Amino acid sequence: MADLTLENVEKHYGDVQAVRGVSLHVESGNFVVLVGPSGCGKSTLLRAIAGLEGVSSGTIRIGDRDVTNLAPRQRDIAMVFQSYALYPYLSVYENIAFGLRARKVAAAEVDERVHWAADMLSIGSFLDRHPRELSGGQRQRVAIGRAIVREASLYLFDEPLSNLDAKLRDGMREELKRLHSEIGRTFVYVTHDQIEAMTLADRIVLLNNGVIEQDGPPLDLFERPNNRFVAGFLGSPPMNMLDVAVQGDDRSIRLADGQHLRADNASLPAHDGACVWGIRPEHVTLSNGDEPSVEGVVDVVQPTGSRLFASVTVSGQHLTAELDAHADIRVGRPITLSVAIDRTVFFDLGGRRLNQG
Amino acid sequence: MKPWSTGWRLALRFGLAVVIAVMFLFPIYWLAAISLKSPEEIFAYPPVWLPEKPNFSSYITLFRDGDAWAVWNSLVTAGISTVLAMIFGTLAAYAIVRYRTGGDHLAIWIISQRMIPPICVAFPIFLLYVLLGLIDTYTGLIALYTAFNLPYVIWMMRGYIQDIPVDLEQSAMVDGLSRLAVIRKVVLPMVKGGFFATAVFTFIFAWNDFLFALILTRSEVVTYPVQVTGYFGSQSTFWSKIGAMSMLGVLPMMIVVGTMQRFIVRGMSMGAVKG
Ligand SMILES: Nc1ncnc2c1ncn2[C@@H]1O[C@H](COP(=O)(O)OP(=O)(O)OP(=O)(O)O)[C@@H](O)[C@H]1O
Ligand SMILES: [Mg+2]
Repeated sequence: MADLTLENVEKHYGDVQAVRGVSLHVESGNFVVLVGPSGCGKSTLLRAIAGLEGVSSGTIRIGDRDVTNLAPRQRDIAMVFQSYALYPYLSVYENIAFGLRARKVAAAEVDERVHWAADMLSIGSFLDRHPRELSGGQRQRVAIGRAIVREASLYLFDEPLSNLDAKLRDGMREELKRLHSEIGRTFVYVTHDQIEAMTLADRIVLLNNGVIEQDGPPLDLFERPNNRFVAGFLGSPPMNMLDVAVQGDDRSIRLADGQHLRADNASLPAHDGACVWGIRPEHVTLSNGDEPSVEGVVDVVQPTGSRLFASVTVSGQHLTAELDAHADIRVGRPITLSVAIDRTVFFDLGGRRLNQG
Repeated sequence: MKPWSTGWRLALRFGLAVVIAVMFLFPIYWLAAISLKSPEEIFAYPPVWLPEKPNFSSYITLFRDGDAWAVWNSLVTAGISTVLAMIFGTLAAYAIVRYRTGGDHLAIWIISQRMIPPICVAFPIFLLYVLLGLIDTYTGLIALYTAFNLPYVIWMMRGYIQDIPVDLEQSAMVDGLSRLAVIRKVVLPMVKGGFFATAVFTFIFAWNDFLFALILTRSEVVTYPVQVTGYFGSQSTFWSKIGAMSMLGVLPMMIVVGTMQRFIVRGMSMGAVKG
């Protein structure tokens, strides 16, 4: 078990800057998730940590070893590939034992560790089968087994759940988290799925275009995003972004159509003029009359059973509200929504979050 | 479809298979029969289907006069050159696929070497071998067969290796294997079928070579095809010797192909799927 340090890591393929100047320190025993949209460089970064891709510049340290120029096998890491990378000509048992045998672990210990890993992942009953005789979910477990069976300093996962259907994915998320807390190793996990990032991570590293937009505990990123990109990436449905004007003097928020919210007690940014107001759907409720509220017209209603998502046109802009499943609203009707202003955020026109005081 | 028609179709297929098998097996049977016939039986009309009393004298003569060495020479030259071509060819193919050695065009250039009609290079090679003192040596023939088979091996193995998902290799490298160990533990098991199929064809090419064996050997390393054609004389043809020698030459082939059949079929269909 060890910590991981990246210093100014850069990787370019010809003209493509896949990773630019990433610096990062991952504490020993942490579960860190690298997340970001497709093509942002997360796989490249993970593969650079694994040594499968050389870096153009920068340093990678695992524990107190500088591994920047070491071959993958010298880095003491284990990795789960998106494609699972199981050997079709070996049994499940031999697939899991592969890394131990490669490192010349004694036969008795191999057997003990393979059974331990198989128990952890409940795959003990098909150790004799071949990968082609397994379902996708089972293969995925074997792939994870192959990694955790080894005593590595660092465990890397490249979108391990992306080939599973939604139900299985939910189950595996829970198992991965349990696994991490039981074996207590350092995990670096890549995904493009913000739910996976939020649920799994001790710490999220959000990448965009090869740079870190923000990193920190999931709730920090969720509640105090540095910028519009982070705010929009995390959360589903995504945060609403309304163009508004804030007047610091009379503590009010003004919408384009003249609607006007008074925010006497709420914290507004110390800013006068145009800005973007970020409101999460869950912070909008049906108005009961005495809170600051906006008016709009209901466009679409999407009940999910437990909640109800309403798309509302407010001042010519689009606002999604997450309401009670039994909220009495109809498409085409006017609606009044109150907003928990204290829980909302404001961005300047360049997209950076404004301090609220 | 009427219920009885499947039965008929099966019978028809079976019948056809028998006819084809007989067509292909007949020459071998005929050679075997000739090799065991007495001189009178060979020319008898109507033909004698089974020799009355097997006559092993041709075989005895072949071994006594040392003619049978030719089969051994063929085994040595074809066998060793196949092993060498497979080792170097597979490593070269791996380098072309994974390290992109020579970019996109090297592989095409290599296979184009194979398209040279051997007769074009026969004379230069003969002169070269005279110069190097390689005429009538194992080394000479083995080197030549290895060189001539390499393009084929590289081309075939390149195709098989390209089909291996690179993740499998990278996963093994993360797990602690060096590049050579990856080739042994991942690449070879993955391409096993194609590897053996390629090896069989390589062996057959070398085994069948007549041209180079004829011009590059004298007496020491005469190979089986050269030896056997020596029996077709301008005055008389030694039929029983031809029969016996052919049997000695066909036998190793049958053993090789028989044991490797599984791989040959799979290896060829792998190529077909890939296109
Ligand atoms: N071998 C390569 N050659 C050239 N460009 C590459 C190569 N690998 C990746 N890239 C480029 O680098 C950038 C980052 O790729 P990367 O695979 O890291 O993205 P990602 O964040 O993992 O995306 P995804 O979620 O789609 O897997 C992309 O623009 C990609 O096109
Ligand atoms: Mg990726």
